[in-house]
Amino acid sequence: MSNNISLKKGLDIPIKGAAAQKVVKTVVPGIVAVKPTDFRGLVPRLLVKEGDRVLAGSPVLADKQNPEILFTSPVSGTVQEVVRGEKRKLLAVLIQADAAQASVDFGAADAASLSAGEVKDLLLRSGLWGALIQRPYGIMADPSLKPKAIFISAFNSAPLAPDTDFVLGDRMVDIQEGLIALSKLTDGGIHLAISQAAEARTPFAKLDKVILHAVSGPHPAGNVGVQISHISPIRKGETIWTVSPLLVAAIGHLVRTGKLDLTRKVAITGPAASEPAYVEALPGTPVSALTETEGDVRVIGGDVLTGEILGKDGYLGFFDNQLTLIREGREREILGWAKPFRPKVHSTSWCYFSWLTPRKQYDMDTNVHGGPRAFVETKCFEDVTPMDIFPIYLIKACLAGDIEKMEQFGIYEVLPEDLALCDYVDPSKNDIQAMIQQGIDLMIKEMA
Amino acid sequence: MADEKKPGPFEKGGKLYWLHSTIDAFDTFLRVPGTVTAKGAHVRDGIDLKRVMIMVVIALVPAALFGMYNVGYQSALATGADWGFWQMFWYGFLRVLPLFVVSYLVGLGIEFASAQIRGEEVNEGYLVSGFLIPLIVPVDVPLWMLALAVAFAVLFGKEVFGGTGMNIWNPALLARAFLFFAYPSSMSGSSCWVHIPRDMAAVDAFTGATPLAVAHDGMQALSDAGYSFCTLFGGLIPGSVGETSVIAILIGALILVWTGVASWKIMVSSIAGGLLVGWLGHLGGATELPAYYQLVMGGFLFGTVFMATDPVTSAQTECGKWIYGFLVGALAVVVRLWNPGYAEGMMLAILLMNTFAPLIDHCVVTSAVKRREKRIQNA
Repeated sequence: MSNNISLKKGLDIPIKGAAAQKVVKTVVPGIVAVKPTDFRGLVPRLLVKEGDRVLAGSPVLADKQNPEILFTSPVSGTVQEVVRGEKRKLLAVLIQADAAQASVDFGAADAASLSAGEVKDLLLRSGLWGALIQRPYGIMADPSLKPKAIFISAFNSAPLAPDTDFVLGDRMVDIQEGLIALSKLTDGGIHLAISQAAEARTPFAKLDKVILHAVSGPHPAGNVGVQISHISPIRKGETIWTVSPLLVAAIGHLVRTGKLDLTRKVAITGPAASEPAYVEALPGTPVSALTETEGDVRVIGGDVLTGEILGKDGYLGFFDNQLTLIREGREREILGWAKPFRPKVHSTSWCYFSWLTPRKQYDMDTNVHGGPRAFVETKCFEDVTPMDIFPIYLIKACLAGDIEKMEQFGIYEVLPEDLALCDYVDPSKNDIQAMIQQGIDLMIKEMA
Repeated sequence: MADEKKPGPFEKGGKLYWLHSTIDAFDTFLRVPGTVTAKGAHVRDGIDLKRVMIMVVIALVPAALFGMYNVGYQSALATGADWGFWQMFWYGFLRVLPLFVVSYLVGLGIEFASAQIRGEEVNEGYLVSGFLIPLIVPVDVPLWMLALAVAFAVLFGKEVFGGTGMNIWNPALLARAFLFFAYPSSMSGSSCWVHIPRDMAAVDAFTGATPLAVAHDGMQALSDAGYSFCTLFGGLIPGSVGETSVIAILIGALILVWTGVASWKIMVSSIAGGLLVGWLGHLGGATELPAYYQLVMGGFLFGTVFMATDPVTSAQTECGKWIYGFLVGALAVVVRLWNPGYAEGMMLAILLMNTFAPLIDHCVVTSAVKRREKRIQNA
């Protein structure tokens, strides 16, 4: 039996380029990158040097603040290069993969028989601790804490999101094992959200050791943050951990076999993708090995609302199982804002006529469609935020750096991703996610 | 370096960089900017403030066109001239056009100059204010007064706060309030509402009094002056240029509500507030007029639809909009009924509620925060 949560507010952005449900290739990479920038809150310490030999599961990086948190190589091979950016900031460790793969053996076990300490130790050593994200603030989980509960969303509502059932349907054994292991880390249980529409057919509905919630509604209904705020809102001083189901499968596999295997089905999506479909690949795989890009195209790791720009020479992130390819919208439309009809541009506003074609999918680009202005229309934010918070007041509190107000207006419950749609709908073209992140960064600094 | 591009005259480092805001304004007016997203969501909705503002202007067009015709009609009526439809419209058009020209020249001039000084893009907010101002003044207002009022409203109503989106009071109403208090003789009474052509004289029966002025003397006086509910609704009556026709304003309201640009909650609650106080006044003997007359006289409906709903100066919370709108409507009729000094209360009611809108929002948000805290503690 599941608890039902029905949400009304939100928006499914009608963008072209959903991935067809087939795996077109398995990428065997030559080079794989381990990127400390994937993990928010990580101050990396390098554990290898160029020329070192590593196995899949060998530590490459450690966290300076919590040295027991290790980050490991997903492949066996040779460390080829340490890439640094400005002020010698560590950007990536590039590993040349061997033809024959070998893994560190962490010891196969039965999750049910492991203690909390053993699970923690296993995750820390294997490099999978980074999969746990701590709320508030969306940072790497602190191993010394015991969270109120762990939340997992198997309902991905983001634009062009990979189909969770297709991606993980054949890995339910791993996922069940992973859930059992994770349940040792909290007393509050594991909350698993699934899509109400898929409840009858999804294998996730049959998992044990979870508190099941069936969620319906437009994006961001699938966001774990939105689900938390409806199921068990975070009070001041509480922590909740979240994990993506993709990494629960990796954790389960690790427990079951003793081997680190981060292989995943990656959805190549977006209007500029030549063949939107799935490829099987490891995190850290070069974008060029995953897909071909032509012309002025932006390659985004993740979805089009919250993803990070990887660039054509970038590498797939640790958490990503989606690439979105869209055109850069640098061309300038003459009198665009004044035209009665702009059939190529989508708008939620009834000032345009997109409402006439509700099923149309758009070939979107990255054009902002306007210049930055002061906040004028603010109801649009509430219409896409299905949470009991006050978007415009929270945003203003973040900009003002007023901690008391931020707390009152719900800063503990949100991450920028939960307000990503505000970026999309704002006629004043503000970067709302950046503003929220600014507030969160201030909270982290002040609360430390 | 050889391949380094020399900056264009309006780019940073160029000779005419100080003009860049103006050039940008015209450039982005003609072509949507080619900027691509840098942070946050990678795709954005097609809507921008230019589109929102142009929708308001479109919604105002019926009232403006009707106003032009009505100016000609009233002049013909006052002088007994035998004019056809197009003659009346053309005459009114020529009378109203200078108001628009002055409003936009002065207002946009100041907007461009201050954007230049701040180094920002020019805001499109004045597109609407500049269109509103000619519609809420008497047709005979001297142009220099109008210019002064516009300058005052834009400078002290908007720019000192930081431009569109930062202002406390509706700039267009501020311009009207300035005129009203600085030059009351040109803004009230019965001589300013109808333009009498210089070479013609008014007929004997002509008074030029607006229905609101007559309404103080009761139902009989109103019907003696030739005003019935139907004439008030149709709008062929003396008054500010754009405020007279209920039909034209309702067309505008439909556009605004349909596109979602203006809040229907404010419109509905303002009408409810006006009706309630009008009804109480009628009941208590303050006026002989039934409550619904309050809606069709003077600037009540125009203010409700186009001015009270300004998203910048109205309440921002959904619950606050109900309260704000209700108080606007109620206060407007209170001023009308119980303050013999001012025939029209809409302007003052909206400006007063503009002032209190942040307070309303504060109360709404504070109570919502309390409710939220309770919910979270119990969860």
